[in-house]
Amino acid sequence: MTSLPNNSATKRLGLVIDLDTCVGCHACAVNCKEWNAGGHMAPLTDIDPYGAEPEGVWFNRVHAYEAGDRKTGRTVHFPRSCLHCAEPQCVTVCPTGASYKRAEDGIVLVDEDKCIGCKLCSWACPYGAREYDSHSGVMKKCTLCIDRIYNEALPENERIPACVATCPTSARHFGDLGDPNSDVSQLVAARGGYDLAEELGYQPTNKYLPPRPKRESQSQPANEEPSSGLLRWVDRLLSS
Amino acid sequence: MNPSYSVIFFTTASGFGYGLAFWLLILDSSNFPQDRWLSGVGLALALAAITSGLLASTLHLGQPSRAWRAFTQWRSSWLSREGIAAVVSVAMIGLAWLGAIAGMTGTLLNAVAWLGIVAAIITVLCTGMIYQSLKPIAAWRSSLTTPIYLIYSCLTGAFGTAALMSLFNGDGSLAAVIALISALILIAMKMAYWRRASQVVHLTPESATGLGKIGKVQQLEGPHTTGNFVSKEMGFRIARKHADKLRKIVLLGGLSAPALLGFLGVLDNGLAAVFWTIATVLSIGGAVVERWLFFAEAKHAVSAFYGD
Repeated sequence: MTSLPNNSATKRLGLVIDLDTCVGCHACAVNCKEWNAGGHMAPLTDIDPYGAEPEGVWFNRVHAYEAGDRKTGRTVHFPRSCLHCAEPQCVTVCPTGASYKRAEDGIVLVDEDKCIGCKLCSWACPYGAREYDSHSGVMKKCTLCIDRIYNEALPENERIPACVATCPTSARHFGDLGDPNSDVSQLVAARGGYDLAEELGYQPTNKYLPPRPKRESQSQPANEEPSSGLLRWVDRLLSS
Repeated sequence: MNPSYSVIFFTTASGFGYGLAFWLLILDSSNFPQDRWLSGVGLALALAAITSGLLASTLHLGQPSRAWRAFTQWRSSWLSREGIAAVVSVAMIGLAWLGAIAGMTGTLLNAVAWLGIVAAIITVLCTGMIYQSLKPIAAWRSSLTTPIYLIYSCLTGAFGTAALMSLFNGDGSLAAVIALISALILIAMKMAYWRRASQVVHLTPESATGLGKIGKVQQLEGPHTTGNFVSKEMGFRIARKHADKLRKIVLLGGLSAPALLGFLGVLDNGLAAVFWTIATVLSIGGAVVERWLFFAEAKHAVSAFYGD
């Protein structure tokens, strides 16, 4: 059913991505690929993987931006994946019922057995989160690691998405964004987390934490003359 | 957006077929069929155009064998609604055609013809709404998108009807005048569509990433070195380079010239069949270019994340 669930279940699982601490290492993208190549949406086909023009299906893509310039400018690494929106048009445009939003936790999924590969859902997503697998003939997307987060075969501390588990700088956080008291909701409130392209009205679940204000650089080389002590004496001696 | 040839062929061929069936049935609707040969040949041509278009549209599917599933989600999806309306209209137009060539008449056949007329309009309406409803493509979110699809179908179908009627010794003047008026309306609508498209507010790298507060945002490094599905399907630049020339081709060759030919045919009934046949071909050719531009010029919101 591609109509959106109309019960008001408050659980909204999603990610919080910290643009301040992300170093753009792509570990999240790689571990995502690693897990999901054998997971719920497998395979994540690669075309010409060792050739000159390799391309393939990834659920997570890391951009690097330059924001501002000169003294205020900075580099921001920016992971982009499915935001599991509250109003996902990718779901409602689906003609077959393959795309659906789970009522119980808000995760947006594709039923690969129903997908006809018409690609209309990818047109309906402004975030570019859906990628067509030309080998399987169906659409693929982030599952929020549904086969990890509910997986009782895994130790409890590993029941988090692969991207979150692997991030070396803890720039990715997973939790219930529908619960205002959850750790992730508190983090969003404390750091001013925001929605991407809010004006389009998709009401993304995932939030992005803005880079912290840049501090005055302390890393300029000191070039003043030593003002006292042994160094000053040596300086004077050598200067004479 | 990448202009997929199967979708361009589908929308122009089926659009022409639906328009043709619409006019053949409606000009005959008081007592269908008035001319067995005209209805027989005309509706066969319409059905051939519609079904070849529908078959072409399944070519871009990854799993065409599951296409039947597309009839299930009519509550939320314009594409699903289009699929259902397309099948109903083909069935009704097909029955009307069979009735016409079998020499049937009567209220039942008239009712079937009317159902075909209504379903044809609904199908083209759904096609337009598929595009008009997509939030990430600002140019398509115009209240003109669906009317342009409808009137294009009306235009090509009416010229086809005028040509066929004159070939079968009827008077195609009414259909030709309808086509002429449709062409003039389309010239105004397309110019308004393009004017709006040049002014719409797109997502920018600053607004999409939310980093605009820091300053101007440029992509320093993309997430992948070669293309991927998203960059190939959503990012298409060639059209923006040739847009001006292609728009002139649509306005002059695809709309103005057929309108003039339509008028000449009304003046000189001796050559009407020739004028209107050429007008049909030109208007369909113009529709193909217009459709190609419609896709290729449209900028998808995801381009903003790629720094465009």
